[in-house]
Amino acid sequence: MLIPSLLPAAGLLPRRRFLQAMTALGSTAALPAWAQALPAARTGTPPELRGPHFELTMDYTSVDFDGRRGIATTLNGSLPGPTLRMREGETVTIRVTNRLRETASIHWHGVILPFQMDGVPGISFAGIAPGETFTYRFTLEQSGTYWYHSHSGMQELTGIYGALIVEPRGGETIRAARDQVVLLSDWTGDDPMRALAKLKAEAHVYNQNNPTLVKLLRDARQHGMKAALAERDMWNAMRMSPTDLADLSSRVLSYLINGQASGANWTALFKPGERVRLRCINGAGNTFYDLRIPGLKLTVVQQDGQNVEPVTVDEFRIGPGQTCDVVVQPREDAYTLFAQSMDRTGAAIGTLAVREGLKAPVPVLDAVQWLSMADMMGGMDHGAHGGEGDASAAMMNHGSMDHSSMGHGAMNHGLADGNRPARASAQVRHARTEWGPGSDMRVDMPRANLDDPGVGLRNNGRRVLTLADLHTIGGPMDPRGAEREIELHLTGNMERYTWSIDGQRFADSKPVHFKYGERLRVILHNDTMMTHPMHLHGMWQELESPEGKFLARLHTIPVQPAQRLSFLVTADALGRWVWHCHLMFHMDLGMFREVVVS
Amino acid sequence: MNKFELNPPSVGGIRPLHAFALLALAFGSSVAAAQGMTHDHGATHGATPAAPTPSPATPPAAGAHDHGATHRAPPAAAAASPSPQAPDAPVPQAAMDHGDMQGGSPPADARDPDAYANGHERGTGEHVPPGVTKLHLGDEHSFASFKLNRLERVFPRRGGNHTAYEGQLKFGGDFNHAVLKAEGEVAGGKLHESRTELLWGHAIAAYWDSQLGLRHDGGEGPSRTWLAFGVEGTAPYWIHTRVTAYLGQSGRTALRLEAEYDAYLTQKLVLQPKTEWHFYSKNDPEQGIGKGLSSASLGLRLRYEFTPQISPYIGVEWQRSFGRTADFMRDAGGRASQTRWVAGLSFWF
Repeated sequence: MLIPSLLPAAGLLPRRRFLQAMTALGSTAALPAWAQALPAARTGTPPELRGPHFELTMDYTSVDFDGRRGIATTLNGSLPGPTLRMREGETVTIRVTNRLRETASIHWHGVILPFQMDGVPGISFAGIAPGETFTYRFTLEQSGTYWYHSHSGMQELTGIYGALIVEPRGGETIRAARDQVVLLSDWTGDDPMRALAKLKAEAHVYNQNNPTLVKLLRDARQHGMKAALAERDMWNAMRMSPTDLADLSSRVLSYLINGQASGANWTALFKPGERVRLRCINGAGNTFYDLRIPGLKLTVVQQDGQNVEPVTVDEFRIGPGQTCDVVVQPREDAYTLFAQSMDRTGAAIGTLAVREGLKAPVPVLDAVQWLSMADMMGGMDHGAHGGEGDASAAMMNHGSMDHSSMGHGAMNHGLADGNRPARASAQVRHARTEWGPGSDMRVDMPRANLDDPGVGLRNNGRRVLTLADLHTIGGPMDPRGAEREIELHLTGNMERYTWSIDGQRFADSKPVHFKYGERLRVILHNDTMMTHPMHLHGMWQELESPEGKFLARLHTIPVQPAQRLSFLVTADALGRWVWHCHLMFHMDLGMFREVVVS
Repeated sequence: MNKFELNPPSVGGIRPLHAFALLALAFGSSVAAAQGMTHDHGATHGATPAAPTPSPATPPAAGAHDHGATHRAPPAAAAASPSPQAPDAPVPQAAMDHGDMQGGSPPADARDPDAYANGHERGTGEHVPPGVTKLHLGDEHSFASFKLNRLERVFPRRGGNHTAYEGQLKFGGDFNHAVLKAEGEVAGGKLHESRTELLWGHAIAAYWDSQLGLRHDGGEGPSRTWLAFGVEGTAPYWIHTRVTAYLGQSGRTALRLEAEYDAYLTQKLVLQPKTEWHFYSKNDPEQGIGKGLSSASLGLRLRYEFTPQISPYIGVEWQRSFGRTADFMRDAGGRASQTRWVAGLSFWF
């Protein structure tokens, strides 16, 4: 893709890509005349549209994020696109017109609908051709905070996304005086395909936290040269990087909050003492955000659109595709909304204030934590229980490892009724394709606990939300236990920059078949060192604890390195669906499966 | 670029291998490799030690070098599922060894990844809407990259300066690609020597590609064409390694070993030791090459990554000819060993 993008004269590429290549080459000055004449995208809190009829138009606009200029693909000229407000029970009609020079689409993320309306080109429909209008029509059978985005090529990375709010039929049960969408996203200053090509050429090109000699000497001073070397030895022997936390970094990304980089100081207003509901959505292509508001407790009331038993935390991690509603009660004049990227190279920053123009102190970025032993080998380490602090702690604990946390796997098969296992099988079964060149590691002793906030958030002195804290109000949607079990492994090769499921890229895969109407259990087992937000279209993923207890109904589940977790699915949606990692490049490179329900 | 000594200086008593070991020692991460230390961190926990790490100069054969040459742990050992509530249980020794996390071959009872399809195929069959053609994602794309690893001015301690280059152009998918490798020296405006290879690379293991193709030696003197077969990849400890065997005209064979390592001193300052060894099966006086180990070199370059893609560097290179090659060198009025300073630029896109 790289060569053609440098040869625009050959006319091989859509104009947008050519422009982005030009932009990438010459930075700001290289924007051609016609692009400079493009209307600037409207950013900040997007306009709100109410149903049941919506009109959306995709077109090119120009953007400038703290000096990173470029061409964006946007909806109704706005980035993020308009916030769509609908009502539960309502049948909505959404006409989407494509004025781009390439096929486009919109996927309604987390919305349960007929598969023909799901908006995945090549699976659920043919896509929206240039110049055409596609009419989506579906009835809302749920309420909550959702979002929508393009499912075509790299348009999701270049601006086609927005919030979708469905008001409950019987009125809101979550009490709040104000309601504010906080849509986090990221912007690649480079053409996304160019960024991807660079990762293919040098997988660590954007890593700004490489282990260095300076760090080694610092570790040696603190813990002794022997311990410092022993830690390096382990990672280097495996050819794994303990700082491979995000494929992209601030080297190429701008971190956005409601379409604005931190220089723009996006501000949400409130009156002191009011309850403010923040509908946090992560629409980023590649960035896990760790969000906190210093000085405020966050009461989590909804996850992935589903009301949960309120839980109060200081901070939560939100991965691409996930939504999380929190209620806050600010009393001071201004607070900083601080969403730092998982790799700690930058943050999306906004302000909650009583009037425009105020700012509160901005925290410094946390220090980078290295991945721990638990992130590579799961059960090899007790760090999974939140016991690991930073790299040095991991290093020091390593020698005095606690063996008590392992080895009960064989007793894991309690039966609930008849032949339905009450909990997920702990027997690890790798697919034979995991021994190919597309996988660089396999975890044989995964960690199954869900109370680990993940790398970078362990022992930071703050109360951080974990999957174990989530309890969907009302319990599971289906009282049946699982009749069968599907085990899928998340795989990849960091050096080759390939991503797959069961060691098979999408091109070589066969669909996963769900029998219509069945209740089944899915086990996701992460054989990589990255966290993958796994999103299933069309059906809910009902997360369970390692003991088989229902936790939460989710559309996107982040699976941590060396983690094995399970959920139940009711296959009540006929048709062809997809299931993928919501990190865009992982998805596009093959961590993607077709799902057939028949 | 070892077959001619353009400017024969003295080496000052530093032996390449010695120097490599010292360097490796200095930069932590490669220390174990240089010392032949075992990499089994499990030893910390009292587990059985794993196989010794291959040294950079003698990479193992394809397939066997993946850290996980030992076989996968038995299923019973693999079944452990830790949780805070887990009862105490002894940990099987085999499972403590991380040697089975990488490489190897699948056991007979490995899961069939297609079993969940129940006979369904992607993009065909029931519930495929009209007009929908099969979805293709980026995993089927081809990518291209161009890397100029070295474009440098060479300053021998005695004699004239010249320019050297080494780069590659790669195009293809994840597991199969074409690669054009070129290196050579330009002196006095003339291509003094060049070696160009056109290879087909094929992934054979997580970190290793096999390479098959042609090599052409050009520049001054008679040109030579070889059939090339090799293995290239990343050995444990991030040592980029390449072993290539060549089959030439009139029964000539040759072997080339290369290894290099990037030691990050800071996020931008990178020290790169690099070594190269050449062996030939026959004397080739016209090319100044003798039978056996003909030459070896050790380079040390310090680069500054302005961006990850553009790095100027300075460095030093020791080079030595051996046996008949050294004789040819001396006959031509040169010296068998030399030290040279280099300054250059590397970039890629």
